[in-house]
Amino acid sequence: MTELDVAGQVLDLVKGAAGAQTEAAVTVDRAVLSLTRFANSYIHQNVAEDTTTVRLQLHSDGRTATGTTTITTPDGLRGLVERTVQAVELSPPDKGWPGLAAPMPLAGASRVDADTAAAGPAERAERVRSFVDAAGGMETAGYCRTTWLSAAFANTAGQTAAGECTEAAMDGIARHAGADGVARHAATALSDVDGAILGARAAAKARASTDPVELPPDRYEVVLEPTAVADLLHNLAFWGFNGKLHAQRRSFAALGETQFDSSVTIVDDVLDTDEMGVPFDVEGTAKRRLVLVDAGVTRAVTHDRRSAREAGAESTGHAIPGSSSFGPIAVNARLLPGAPSAPTEVDGPAVDSSVAALVGGMRRGVLVSDLWYTRVLDPKTLAVTGLTRNGVWLVENGEIVRPVRNFRFTQLYPQALGPGAVIGIGGHPAALPGSWAAERMTAPALHLASWHFTGGASG
Amino acid sequence: MTQFDVAVSAVEAALAAGARYADARVMHRQYESMSARNGEIENLTSDENAGIGVRALVGSSWGFFAVPTLSDAAARDAGARAAAIASASASVPGPAVDLVPTAASVDSWASECLRDPLSVSLSDKGDLLVAATAAMRASGADQAEGLYQIWDTHKWFVSSEGHRIDQHIRECGAGISATAIGDGETQRRSYPSYRGHYGTRGWELVEELDLVAHAPRMAEEARALLSAPVCPEGTTTLILGGEQLALQIHESVGHAIELDRILGWEAAYAGTSWLDLARIGALQYGSELMNIAIDPTIPGALGSFGYDDEGTRAAARDAVREGTWVGVLAGRDSAAVAGLDYAGSVRADGWARLPMVRMTNVGLRPGPHTLDEIVAATDDGVYLETNRSWSIDDKRLNFQFGTEIGWEVKNGKLGRMLRNPTYTGIGPVFWRSMDMLSSEIVPWGTPNCGKGQPGQVGHTGHPAAPARFTNVRVGVRA
Repeated sequence: MTELDVAGQVLDLVKGAAGAQTEAAVTVDRAVLSLTRFANSYIHQNVAEDTTTVRLQLHSDGRTATGTTTITTPDGLRGLVERTVQAVELSPPDKGWPGLAAPMPLAGASRVDADTAAAGPAERAERVRSFVDAAGGMETAGYCRTTWLSAAFANTAGQTAAGECTEAAMDGIARHAGADGVARHAATALSDVDGAILGARAAAKARASTDPVELPPDRYEVVLEPTAVADLLHNLAFWGFNGKLHAQRRSFAALGETQFDSSVTIVDDVLDTDEMGVPFDVEGTAKRRLVLVDAGVTRAVTHDRRSAREAGAESTGHAIPGSSSFGPIAVNARLLPGAPSAPTEVDGPAVDSSVAALVGGMRRGVLVSDLWYTRVLDPKTLAVTGLTRNGVWLVENGEIVRPVRNFRFTQLYPQALGPGAVIGIGGHPAALPGSWAAERMTAPALHLASWHFTGGASG
Repeated sequence: MTQFDVAVSAVEAALAAGARYADARVMHRQYESMSARNGEIENLTSDENAGIGVRALVGSSWGFFAVPTLSDAAARDAGARAAAIASASASVPGPAVDLVPTAASVDSWASECLRDPLSVSLSDKGDLLVAATAAMRASGADQAEGLYQIWDTHKWFVSSEGHRIDQHIRECGAGISATAIGDGETQRRSYPSYRGHYGTRGWELVEELDLVAHAPRMAEEARALLSAPVCPEGTTTLILGGEQLALQIHESVGHAIELDRILGWEAAYAGTSWLDLARIGALQYGSELMNIAIDPTIPGALGSFGYDDEGTRAAARDAVREGTWVGVLAGRDSAAVAGLDYAGSVRADGWARLPMVRMTNVGLRPGPHTLDEIVAATDDGVYLETNRSWSIDDKRLNFQFGTEIGWEVKNGKLGRMLRNPTYTGIGPVFWRSMDMLSSEIVPWGTPNCGKGQPGQVGHTGHPAAPARFTNVRVGVRA
């Protein structure tokens, strides 16, 4: 039975239990998630699951309720329907109900690699072995992950959709004399994940981080590597381009205004070749390329049907589970690169030649590999505090001169990307795996005029 | 076929496939949450999930497999697949794995619950959130939000050593927040804490919070914060409210004493710890007022249970005694690596996740003072309350917290309200500066502790009370 068959089965149960007038939407996700984790240079955790989750949303007599279950037996599905029907009858009125998505075609298909979908623990362990070996005896830690997702949607308005995708990702560090170096990569196919290249990169960073010096906190010019830029995109997507927060005036985003440097264009596009995800959201809305920032001008925010109704807009296909509470999120955000370049491996800590090119243009500043534990002080200003991690270096006259101890920073993210603040954007966008949600940020490196380091992180 | 039967089948299959140890957890969980905004219900979710997670140890390598199907065949397949994954782990092998002994308990345990939260009518629960958010809106909030969450979890644990334990844990909690929106910023006030207060209790916990009665003050304070002076920058005496100190404990003590972090098992993601096992029993973590207990036996606290997810019976022990670091949060394998003789702090976020070292209830034992006495004894400082942001480095040393609200303290009295307060420091330096601690302990519950890959959300408890710290940097801004 396909996921779409299960969705249809649930709709049939709803019709029997709640009558033809009840509006219903069903999402069925089957996820085969496998993750091989290593630390101290050996595999210490190795997990896999094969879980199908059915989500049912009902709206009846002005009331709305949502239920989910992982029990897909006939009794389990019946239980989901009965429980959700009961909930909707007892629920308080829902004045913000946006209605169901009408039938619409999908704008494209997502990408699946059959070998990745079928990958076993031995294939993931092979990448781990390569990563560990390439680190040349350094202590290593990280993971290799494969995911296959098959999703289906059906509602009583007649919209149906189905799709599948795969993801392969590796994220690891090498450790040397108390310093860590990182390498991270995401792809559609596990065959595109090379543990040896990633292990060597992480080791090069760790090696170049030995004996770091403490720099005084101050505002520094920075080159942020793609792994760090992904954090900017994540926070901009969650807090800035979130249509619900925007409608509530809790976001900095101002449509039509020049809020970013003219070199900045940010899009969300699950249909791009490097992306992960299915081409419809949990409300059944077809996903399309959405330009959030065009040459520095904020052009759009993301909407699900509920936030779109509140804002008087159309859904952009960004409903995810829970978005009715925290708002719709651009989970496939990409910062478009500067002049495209084919990256090559380079000596030293820069991740590749496109980062090295930006470093070469920095008179005095700091090269940052990764940002860590970033938290928002105020969503309206998008003031964020966090720390550097996995490699920081002082750059003088275009040369990396010495490793630096980690900083704490407190920075307004929109200001860091504001008009005149972006000195350069790297030519190679890197696809980076999400840690928590099914998110794929794609980012080139960034050369910024100023980043506010507010303290050292040493104890 | 009972849930125990299913778990036994999985363990048998893992052993038959080559495991020298295996355990299985069958779980059934119901989750319900409702949120309201500005006097209207915004979301009602009712989830149910069930499945089995099997852990197999082949040689010295672990494997784990989870599936939502509770049949004999599915359980046996899951057991065999866990063992196969463990065998694959051996291709990048590590040191020998031992498990510290634990009694092979056959037992049943349930958390105390006076009023089953799932049995309270949805309309009553909705009315509460509607009333609280409407009251905040009427008192000046631009955005008034309320949320409750309920978890009802049954677990059946079986191990190849003879464990056979079932547990029924009911958890719930609620909270409200008011946001005032100014020209360039927002201000938020939350009650009783950011995201609410939670425990292993029934709906009586929510009723005791009396959300509606506190709603107007939240809105009024959020509105007042928009025009309050900014918390000045500098080094001063800092008094923290109990809820904020609970998060301070969570981030700068609880995570630091997780043995898996200390051993480097979380190095690539959650991070390591500044603590060195060679110094346990000797390291001065904080002042003599600092007594931190690891105690999953506290009735009603969010991190309480009868047995952890390795079948170790809940027991209290000290983590910090009179300022000296003496204990860790450990599991059976990590304890063996560290040469310790206790475990008991391993839990998983559901059947589909691998059990790992997690906080239980990690909190302060009472001090000798009251908040009033602490304020009265302070000539010059700030009092900060209710978390707004939190960030800490991967060794759990350097932290920066923001709180929703602060007040000047001058000559033993609370003075002007302060907006955008932040404070920052280094964990052991900060804890060594604690010179006053209240006796007014509350077991604050944190239902959103993230750790692990794939990600897991943990529920932890943190007994805490107001306390005073000296020479703390405050007022950091962008």
